[in-house]
Amino acid sequence: MSFSLFVEQLLNGLQLGVTLFLTASGLTLVFGVMGLINLAHGSLFMIGAYAAAAVAGATGSFLLASAASLAAAAAAGALIEMVVIRRLYSRDHLDQVLATFALILILSEGTRWIFGSFPLYLSIPDWLAGPVTLPGGIRYPLYRLTIILVGLVIAAGLFLLIARTRLGIRIRAGESDREIVAALGVNIAALYTIVFAIGAALAGLSGALVGAIQSVQVGMGEPVMILAFVVIVIGGIGSIRGALIGAILVGVTDTLGRAMLPDLFRLFMDNSAATSVGSALASMLIYVLMAAVLIVRPTGLYGARGA
Amino acid sequence: MSREGLINLALGLGLLAFPLWAEWAEEPFMITLSTRVAILALAGVGLNLSLGLGGLVSLGHAAFFGIGGYAMGILASHAQSYTPIFEWPLVIEGTKAMPVIWLVAIAAAGLLALAIGALSLRTSGVYFIMITLAFGQMLFYFAVSWPAYGGEDGLSIYVRNAFPGLNTLVPLQFFLIAYALLMAVLGLAALITRSPFGLALDAARQVPVRVETVGIAPYRLRLIAFVISGMITGLAGALYADLNRFVSPAMFNWQTSGEIVILVILGGTARLFGPVAGAAFFVALEHLLGGVSDYWRIYLGLVLLAVVLFARGGIVGTLAGREAADG
Repeated sequence: MSFSLFVEQLLNGLQLGVTLFLTASGLTLVFGVMGLINLAHGSLFMIGAYAAAAVAGATGSFLLASAASLAAAAAAGALIEMVVIRRLYSRDHLDQVLATFALILILSEGTRWIFGSFPLYLSIPDWLAGPVTLPGGIRYPLYRLTIILVGLVIAAGLFLLIARTRLGIRIRAGESDREIVAALGVNIAALYTIVFAIGAALAGLSGALVGAIQSVQVGMGEPVMILAFVVIVIGGIGSIRGALIGAILVGVTDTLGRAMLPDLFRLFMDNSAATSVGSALASMLIYVLMAAVLIVRPTGLYGARGA
Repeated sequence: MSREGLINLALGLGLLAFPLWAEWAEEPFMITLSTRVAILALAGVGLNLSLGLGGLVSLGHAAFFGIGGYAMGILASHAQSYTPIFEWPLVIEGTKAMPVIWLVAIAAAGLLALAIGALSLRTSGVYFIMITLAFGQMLFYFAVSWPAYGGEDGLSIYVRNAFPGLNTLVPLQFFLIAYALLMAVLGLAALITRSPFGLALDAARQVPVRVETVGIAPYRLRLIAFVISGMITGLAGALYADLNRFVSPAMFNWQTSGEIVILVILGGTARLFGPVAGAAFFVALEHLLGGVSDYWRIYLGLVLLAVVLFARGGIVGTLAGREAADG
């Protein structure tokens, strides 16, 4: 594999990692603050992508479409939190799994009902289309580079929000002791709704950004949600920093594995066998990574002990 | 006899009576639906052992269901094409004999459960849920990208596998095989629940510290329960693939895991016959709502949401009251 191809795959891995982070950060925030496991997080990703595709189709503006994905997913998240999720905080994880699984069924089929079974297409805007030349003469799609930058900016913003703002202080306080926070006069119910809506908005934006690379269809959220689970298991549930490190590890491992393993097996196998063995093993690589992390640190890289 | 005992008897006899009626009324499709109920219930009985008795919420039982299915698919496809599976170091032929297929499915699922369980049981709670889900999905992607056995398209079997002395292509006879296996496994599950092992497992779910204090390691109990649980679900997978004469990566999909969990919960967690009630309800809902609307899963979702939020204890729990099982 040539050096420029390697850099390109590395950037692709980074781009996957950044979009995974946008989805995983919401999951891990919701688990950390509310102790809730939300299987329907992938549906919010899907809602963001559909909102973006619908608005882009109507107005032709990609910026409006991105804004719509944030707004629609945040609104859907807040609504879901107030109607269903709120009743689940005091329940055990099994009830949470079931109720959010039920939400997936309702949201997926509801979306199919409204938009039909055919995928929608969200195209990359003209001003982000085409390649750019990076230092060293490597040509890379501008759109994917933009995703990486947007993702990193949002990650920085999220760290600042949690570490420096009053809302962030309340979120961290709610994580440690909800009774005391409530006794100090913070409206804990509203705080939870806001946290859930922030997580939903990030997943929705991620859906819109990825939607322009893939097609927008029902069920697009679930594979991402499961990858996000792998990410936060690796990073440690509840840790935003863990989610960032985990997301980039998973993104780079998956992308480089798919690009390099078949070549690696070609060294000592014939071509077609190497392709099939290599691609089959590459699809399992991130789970092997997860298993390895679990053996060394059962609560993830940045997880609290005994979660 | 307790109220739950009466309900169990009614469920067991009802599941037998319905296809007999369907045979008399010449409704073969209803027999097939009953077979589906029996097989899904069997998968649920497997899961119930780890989820209900052991308190291990596995969202990855599709892995065992799928490996059972593929055990059937691989053995039968080699038998129907007359090619051996291995030629080296020893020749292993495919087979169309159900009992052999079942044993292979159980062994394969047991080994897989040992590997997944040994890793996943190092964690607990929400980590366990996510990790079992992830390992299930790993096998899904493996099945999709491994081209030797159909890859994404799956494997079709032309003729259902054979059981000595029976004609498995007759719907009622195949139903009876599935029903007999279900009843045998239910008996086994009842024995396990009452055995010292089952009592210790139940205690390890409720107060793990006390179990450790008396010198029993919860990890080993849970691992054994997880392996038995996986083996039963693997057997159900082999039967399910035989029912459809088709196996595809969809059996490995995490939605399958979700559905097995759903039918256990709908029926009543940790209730012996809960999975039977849950599977019957699930299949009936799928059949009746599927006829009304293409989007029947919305209604399934609403029913499920209502059960979780308002009717805790599932069908058997609601009918039998709280007397028999605790929490």
